[in-house]
Amino acid sequence: MSNTYLVAVDGSAGSLRAAEYAAERAKASKSKIILAYVIEWSPYSFHTPEELAERHKRREEEIERAQTTVLGPISKSVKDAGLDVEVSVHHGNPSETLADIAQEKGATQIFIGRKGESRISSLLFGSVAGSLVQTSPVPVTVVP
Amino acid sequence: MKRLLTSIFVFLALSVPAQAAGFDETINTATAPIAKFIGQIVFFKIPVGEAALPLVVLWLVIGAVFFTFYMGFINIRGFKHAIELVRGDYANPKDAGEVSHFQALATAVSGTVGIGNIGGVAVAVTVGGAGATFWLIMAGFLGMSTKFVECTLGVKYRTENPDGSVSGGPMYYLDKGFAERGMAGFGKFIGTFYAIGIFIGALGIGNMFQSNQAFVQFVNVTGGEAGSWFADKGWLFGLVMAVIVGSVIIGGIKSIAKVTEKIVPFMAIFYCIFALMVIFMNFDAIPQAVSNIFSGAMTGEGVAGGALGALIIGFQRAVFSNEAGIGSASIAHSAVRTNEPVTEGVVSLLEPFIDTIIICTITAMVIGTAQVADPSFAGEAKGIAMTSAAFERQISWFPIPLAFAAMLFAFSTMISWSYYGLKGWTYLFGEGQTMDRLYKLIFCIFVALGCMVKLGPILDISDALVFLICVPNILGLYFLAPIVKREMDSYFARIKSGEIKKYKHS
Repeated sequence: MSNTYLVAVDGSAGSLRAAEYAAERAKASKSKIILAYVIEWSPYSFHTPEELAERHKRREEEIERAQTTVLGPISKSVKDAGLDVEVSVHHGNPSETLADIAQEKGATQIFIGRKGESRISSLLFGSVAGSLVQTSPVPVTVVP
Repeated sequence: MKRLLTSIFVFLALSVPAQAAGFDETINTATAPIAKFIGQIVFFKIPVGEAALPLVVLWLVIGAVFFTFYMGFINIRGFKHAIELVRGDYANPKDAGEVSHFQALATAVSGTVGIGNIGGVAVAVTVGGAGATFWLIMAGFLGMSTKFVECTLGVKYRTENPDGSVSGGPMYYLDKGFAERGMAGFGKFIGTFYAIGIFIGALGIGNMFQSNQAFVQFVNVTGGEAGSWFADKGWLFGLVMAVIVGSVIIGGIKSIAKVTEKIVPFMAIFYCIFALMVIFMNFDAIPQAVSNIFSGAMTGEGVAGGALGALIIGFQRAVFSNEAGIGSASIAHSAVRTNEPVTEGVVSLLEPFIDTIIICTITAMVIGTAQVADPSFAGEAKGIAMTSAAFERQISWFPIPLAFAAMLFAFSTMISWSYYGLKGWTYLFGEGQTMDRLYKLIFCIFVALGCMVKLGPILDISDALVFLICVPNILGLYFLAPIVKREMDSYFARIKSGEIKKYKHS
């Protein structure tokens, strides 16, 4: 059985590089690619009643947007390169969710792009790649 | 000489009313008789000995007691499960991104934690004595069961609109629930009755009372009734408040509402911490204050109508604060994503618990311990001003953050209620830009009005309107309770058998 590579994408330049890089590796090792888009979301945030009533609608819209603007084009180019590709959109804490997907799908490696933030900003806001490296159940490749 | 005296007399006679009759005063005298009239109709009282029992209070108490027994003390049985649900133990990861139990609860709590928790409790203690606190807690405890029934129904009978948004609440469950029991006509009638009640009622409890008490505390910290430049400028404060509320609900400046929603929970925690500090600063007074609560509840010493008088006041203010029986919270709760309506009912149990049993009791203890230490600590102060005075005894600068907290609580409650009221309005008139605007405009006018009128008439109007909403709601709950009981029994049976499993912490 061939390997499965999980690639975290969010439409940023870094995530595109990660997808390209993972595609090259996958071609060499005949692996399957999973493109995952995680929308930052917490079940413990506070909202107005109006936001709650519209939440379901907004969620559908968010998923739709991620599919068409980001996952669609990337998966097409990966597919064109002759690779087996699967896409999914999730809500949650990005690093935790990526680790969960990797476990669930049996991915052997995670590829993630780096934003190249300064030390201060990653200290203040944390970086997804950074915390993923700390918590991931499988090896992580951070693509600069 | 005589002419001089006469002219002075005439001058005084003319100038006194001219001075006193500021704009606020005019509004006040105009609304007082209206308030009294509404109050008389809705507050039909049954004389019981010396006390007078308002019919609607009896209506609520019987309802809450009935639901507590009928649901087999769900308020105790469901408590642990409620915490597990809020924590997300049963949340399906596939539903991430939808409204969680925690979010629905937090929003509903922000709507209920308002000025009632600070000022309303003071009113209860002033009128009903320390014993009112006991009945306030009791009402909170029983109210948990009423809330459970309301919120389960809210989710079960919500309407999912074609655009993917959700509409729920009593008007929908009354309408659909009765239709299911083969009484469609009656359901339509009672749903409409409720919808009218809530959109008018929103102007009282969720509006005038809030803006009024926020203004009172504002005057209090800017120099008091005598010294503050704002004392007779309620219209100005009201106007500013109305413009801010309007900019959110009409202007669609959501960021203000979002910021408030995020600050309010922290404000509530901050309030409780400081309140506990004040209580412990009055350490010596605690045993006496606690014993006053119990003895007052049984004897009703010094209260008009004795123990029964204390009970009535306690229940009245509790409902005003936690809204159990009013059905408003089920509008917010109905947005949650779940296949099991019972789960949201169980979660909503926590709402009267947080609002009344925790926050109101803490406020009551702050006032109670201050009273033990110095019976006349508040002077003539009533409502929120009295609570503020109790804090000031120990922490001199606290009235200022309290004023800030009061304004935020008032603001978030007003935002929530404007939405509840609007939902009643759209149930009647359908969704439409122009009609929505009209309602929101009326809502803003009442925000301003609330600051110009005295507390007395405001309480009368607010109470009257609130109880007007309870009548159709609780009547409906009796009819629909068997449906809830069936769902509840089936749900807990499946939990027990392991058919419904935890996703986390297992």
